[in-house]
Amino acid sequence: MKHLLDIGDLDAASIGHLLDLTDHMVEINQRPMPKVPALRGKTVVNLFFEDSTRTRTSFDTAARRLSADVMNFAVSSSSVNKGESLRDTIETITAMGVDAFVVRHGSSGAPQQITRWTNAAVVNAGDGWHQHPTQALLDCYTIRAALGRTTGFDGLRIAIVGDIAHSRVARSDVQAFTALGAQVTLVAPPTLLPPSVDGWPVEVSHRLDDVIGDVDVLYLLRMQRERMRDALVPSLREYTSLYGLTPQRAARLQPHTIVMHPGPMNRGVEIAVDPADLAGSMVLQQVANGVAVRMAVLFELLGSGSDLAPDPKGPQ
Amino acid sequence: MQAEGGRTVMSADDVRRAIIRIGHEIVERNHGTQGVVLVGLQRGGVWIAQQLAEAIARSEGLDTMPIGTLDVSFYRDDVGLRPIVPGSVTTLPGTLDGTHVVLVDDVLFTGRTVRAALDAINDHGRPRSVQLAVIVDRGHRELPIRPDYVGKNLPTSRAENVAVTADGVVLT
Repeated sequence: MKHLLDIGDLDAASIGHLLDLTDHMVEINQRPMPKVPALRGKTVVNLFFEDSTRTRTSFDTAARRLSADVMNFAVSSSSVNKGESLRDTIETITAMGVDAFVVRHGSSGAPQQITRWTNAAVVNAGDGWHQHPTQALLDCYTIRAALGRTTGFDGLRIAIVGDIAHSRVARSDVQAFTALGAQVTLVAPPTLLPPSVDGWPVEVSHRLDDVIGDVDVLYLLRMQRERMRDALVPSLREYTSLYGLTPQRAARLQPHTIVMHPGPMNRGVEIAVDPADLAGSMVLQQVANGVAVRMAVLFELLGSGSDLAPDPKGPQ
Repeated sequence: MQAEGGRTVMSADDVRRAIIRIGHEIVERNHGTQGVVLVGLQRGGVWIAQQLAEAIARSEGLDTMPIGTLDVSFYRDDVGLRPIVPGSVTTLPGTLDGTHVVLVDDVLFTGRTVRAALDAINDHGRPRSVQLAVIVDRGHRELPIRPDYVGKNLPTSRAENVAVTADGVVLT
């Protein structure tokens, strides 16, 4: 694996391999001193053209726990604002000698484009409405750990609720969950579904109340306020009454059902119960697992030598 | 027992007896089992540490011995030259501060795995001592490392391979 651009590039076995590797990283993160020398001497550049304190901090922490050096390239203070092209930015940083770019960009396909201008590994940390592969991996890991699904998600029922149309998280999660064998139902008003979900291996429902009692995983997406402006949803209150996790709906969840959210949460909108009162809430586990999954991805790209054949003599 | 294409240098009984003897040596050397933690190196040392713990518990009349496993993949000087084995995660019984750690592995060869293990141990506390037990010492050390407990000293050529299982030790 040279880059991580699109979760659709990974088959079930490759996803499983990264999740197995994440087990090792979780152990490291539980130590009193959570740091290993595995990526000593490697340099990771966080290149964020869109604001994302959470994702950037998560990648930053992941790289440091593997002892990589981290360059944080804040676009607002860079020469991009002086008119430097994306290509010049990439070539300039590459010339400093870096091993990986972690890229967040508002335009779909920007990370793919960047791979043409550098020899470094490129990790997509979210591009437009297109992809967010490390979010999909951390969501898979969270489900696997919480529900004990080490070998796959066969028969697991997952509902993804909310603004599917504008969500790279939903797009990436659908691909990863279905690749592992889960049955995914998208729950949203027609205005928040993509124009065509024909090619997606999912079911669609417009009523959360029809599915909420049957799911193993309830995945709530962030409801963004600009959707109100665009008149895709009449009001936040109406959205909550139809698609929010209210106390009445929470009571209908099965005891083992877990509730997930990519953050940041709109309290009182998509989650209208106190997460502290929600036994199945995985929101903080998702954040913790995010660091571990990103460690696994950086290690796989920069340190694992996974392209090499295993030593037939085994480690001695 | 003759493995395919290989020469059996220790039988299953030889391996079992070596483990029992090493168990006695560990107790003797440490004047008991106070503070002793057996740490099997992933993956070849894990089952040996398990059997050592059982042997020591039996001879000393204990219910259990403190035992752990250690994955040194992220500490190797050749990190990137060996794939990480899934499921071989480190599990240690709490901090190692003040303990006598006995690292347990199947084969001692270049010593590089043990060097990585010493670094890894360092991140889990400050043991009072670290000792090394192996079933086979095959020579060809590349670092100043020596074992404290050895099942068998086995002269080998670098090209040979040594496989240690509960069924015996086979040289190919």
